[in-house]
Amino acid sequence: MEFRYLPMTVEDKQEMLASIGIDSTDALFSDIPKSVRLKTEMQLKKPANEAELKRELATLASKNANLNDYRSFLGAGVYDHFIPSVVDHVISRSEFYTAYTPYQPEISQGELQAIFEFQTMISELTGMDVANSSMYDGGTSLAEAVNLSAAQTKRKKILVSKAVHPQSRAVIDTYAKGPNLEIVEIDVQNGKTDMNQLANELDEQTASVVVQYPNFFGQLESMEEIQELLVNQKKTMFIVSSNPLALGYLTPPGDFGADIVVGDTQVFGIPAQFGGPHCGYFATTKKLMRKVPGRLVGQTTDEEGVRGFVLTLQAREQHIRRDKATSNICSNQALNALASSVAMSSLGKHGLKQMAAINMKKARYAKQKFQEAGMEVVYNGSFFNEFVIKLNKSIADLNDQLLDIGIIGGYNLEKDFPEMTGHMLVAVTENRTIEDIDQFVREMRELNV
Amino acid sequence: MYNQDFPLIFEHSKPGRTSYSLPELDVPDIDLDAELGERYLREQPPELPEVSELDIVRHYTGLSNRNYGVDSGFYPLGSCTMKYNPKLNEDIARLDGFSHIHPDQPEKSVQGAMEMMYDLQTALREITGMAEVSLQSAAGAHGEWTALMMIRAFHEANGDFRRTKVIVPDSAHGTNPASATVAGFEAVTVKSNDKGLVDLEDLKRVVGEDTAALMLTNPNTLGLFETEIEEMAKIVHEAGGKLYYDGANLNAIMGYARPGDMGFDAVHLNLHKTFTGPHGGGGPGSGPVGVTEELKAFLPKPLLIKKDGIYTFDDDRPQSIGRIKPYYGNFGINLRAYTYIRTMGAEGLKKVSEYAVLNANYMMRKLESTYELPFKQHCKHEFVLSGKQQKKLGVRTLDIAKRLLDYGYHPPTIYFPLNVEEALMVEPTETESKETLDGFVETMLRIADEVKEEPELVQEAPHHTIVKRMDETTAARKPILKYESK
Repeated sequence: MEFRYLPMTVEDKQEMLASIGIDSTDALFSDIPKSVRLKTEMQLKKPANEAELKRELATLASKNANLNDYRSFLGAGVYDHFIPSVVDHVISRSEFYTAYTPYQPEISQGELQAIFEFQTMISELTGMDVANSSMYDGGTSLAEAVNLSAAQTKRKKILVSKAVHPQSRAVIDTYAKGPNLEIVEIDVQNGKTDMNQLANELDEQTASVVVQYPNFFGQLESMEEIQELLVNQKKTMFIVSSNPLALGYLTPPGDFGADIVVGDTQVFGIPAQFGGPHCGYFATTKKLMRKVPGRLVGQTTDEEGVRGFVLTLQAREQHIRRDKATSNICSNQALNALASSVAMSSLGKHGLKQMAAINMKKARYAKQKFQEAGMEVVYNGSFFNEFVIKLNKSIADLNDQLLDIGIIGGYNLEKDFPEMTGHMLVAVTENRTIEDIDQFVREMRELNV
Repeated sequence: MYNQDFPLIFEHSKPGRTSYSLPELDVPDIDLDAELGERYLREQPPELPEVSELDIVRHYTGLSNRNYGVDSGFYPLGSCTMKYNPKLNEDIARLDGFSHIHPDQPEKSVQGAMEMMYDLQTALREITGMAEVSLQSAAGAHGEWTALMMIRAFHEANGDFRRTKVIVPDSAHGTNPASATVAGFEAVTVKSNDKGLVDLEDLKRVVGEDTAALMLTNPNTLGLFETEIEEMAKIVHEAGGKLYYDGANLNAIMGYARPGDMGFDAVHLNLHKTFTGPHGGGGPGSGPVGVTEELKAFLPKPLLIKKDGIYTFDDDRPQSIGRIKPYYGNFGINLRAYTYIRTMGAEGLKKVSEYAVLNANYMMRKLESTYELPFKQHCKHEFVLSGKQQKKLGVRTLDIAKRLLDYGYHPPTIYFPLNVEEALMVEPTETESKETLDGFVETMLRIADEVKEEPELVQEAPHHTIVKRMDETTAARKPILKYESK
């Protein structure tokens, strides 16, 4: 045995070939036409033993500036939050991570129940009737919400606030090409969706209005005003993308009349890991329950009346409905949903609010320090844990310099908003200490001359 | 533990109990409520559980004990490639320098991560025989849709807007037609012939100037190699369509044949199947796409490239279909796949396919005299049996699957593909030993005897699981999708 994941011995192989009645495994590949058979060995790096590979990959990992060694003020959709030890211990239970979709409920009650609990937690946080078992991430979940709104209302026009994460907007644009939707972007005024433009664009053709709350700049959108606008367009759906941590403190989108709430639970127990895998969530109203993309777990009983859980309402899904399915999604992010469930359970009813509050308080402290140091904080509205500052220098250059002193600076807004040269989006989580913040402000003041 | 209700985490909740230890507030406290104003203040805290850390650990350990993974036992779930998930991969994915890096960090601070991604792209190009690979897609279905969007963009770039149809075989996975719809196409079906392969005459009938693409898995979902692949490629290409490879079954042919050499224009791979990304109870997966030179310009944004020895994300791609996902794909899963490919190398991956195919054929020949085998030729990495004979005795494939649970196995995929009656789709994978395969075969034969001698034993199975068969009808009719406290 040369490869530790391949258990067959020479004797095993001989016995099996004899049992099949062939001399060599080549006979099993004789159906591949000669003309398309690979004549040479694939050109790949030679097999590496465990110790050697571990060393090599550790070296590769050490080339990256990681969030535990550096002090990071970078957020913009992916955050450096504390992950309780218990999370990784739970998701390392291999009965969870080496299982697949719970198609056989009798031996999958663990996964099914964990998903049911996740659905409950997301419904609670968002203030919605139902939530699904997870989506790839916040961005694709939002794009699916948009497509669902078009299918449901049989309308094509979508109003998307430019204060929605730029990459999510880009994903919406790509997904919208399938059903040929018309995406109209609504400008930003003082860090929030321009309400006048939104009111002007909203009409009988509008399938949905899409905002982010807290938005990409950290600001809290005028949710009540948007809700009021939509009173006159009853059919138009209100889609909200939300950082679920913020909802521990803030009024949930469901209370503002949202029809679909989506987002990413990376903030709960999922490491940044270079952008994925994270975990999208999708929550909606009872009315849309049978249109939800992805898997849903429902409670039921077994033949003896014992409570249990099953995959349900599967008639929506691709493996039953094929080309008429509400979405093509199959694999989702179950293990990450589990990580988030554990983190949410760990925080609990009060801890989640407290964590949100710490984020907000630290961010406000940082904001004040920047102002005291003479740097401009751009928007004056209420915000969650991110705010925008305007500097004299190129943010890309500043961030390069900050790296050299062990700091990962904020998000360079010029990347997505060309008019925002010198604008940095600063995120402050509970993981940043007062010393980190003071040092960051000090260094920024020195570099910003 | 048999037939007992297992409390929900919410049912363990007791006011005042906590499991969190947050960093302290080291900045001056302020009155947030006054600043935010009433309309932004959540009235009721979310009903999350109030539990201790040990409560959490016991709860989730209990749940894990009520679950079955590859590490628990044999899991021959056809089309899902439930192979062993190496532990090394898990350790590598948890290194700080990989797990705790932000996707928007300056590129110079993540060159190690980008180098891994680039190397993985290079390896996947070689394994598939494609000109370029993008790691962006999050899962198989996402990869299918991404590739179809590229094919659509390609046709449109040629000023060809008539190509509204995507052809899928009747044996195809449900995601194929669903992805076609999401990409804005109409899915049309091509029939299989009596050998379980695509019927060329029917293909000629459905193909035309409205054909955007043919989606194909090879080996197909019956586990059979489409021997006339070159002829099919010719038919589709001559009509101006593109050929799309669903990589769900790549585990059968690595080192033996490559989609790029068979005439495919676009492929997706399931790194969570062939390349040992753990299935995670349903995900996360990873579904990279590969394309020929001709389709390269349409790959999603951004594309990772190497320029003067530096890795960089190229966003300047005017013909790209655009972004399909925030950031750069499921990096953590890609990293596990990379670790696996480096462990196996070319020689190891070819052996993977060799043993995956050997194992499937070995089991198939042992079972074919007891369970009907609709297609007699050698299979590739999986095979499909029919429970037709057993059905005549009043026992359905579902019952056989449930009886397997009593013997400690995860059953094969059942009732798929749709073109085989009472289908049982078995995929042993290469990581299982001969003893395991023999044990499963013996159990299948024993169940066949039970079907004849004591059918009710099978019909009423499972008998030894923690819960019995579930009332799925009520679950769908009166859905309860979340816990509500009394």
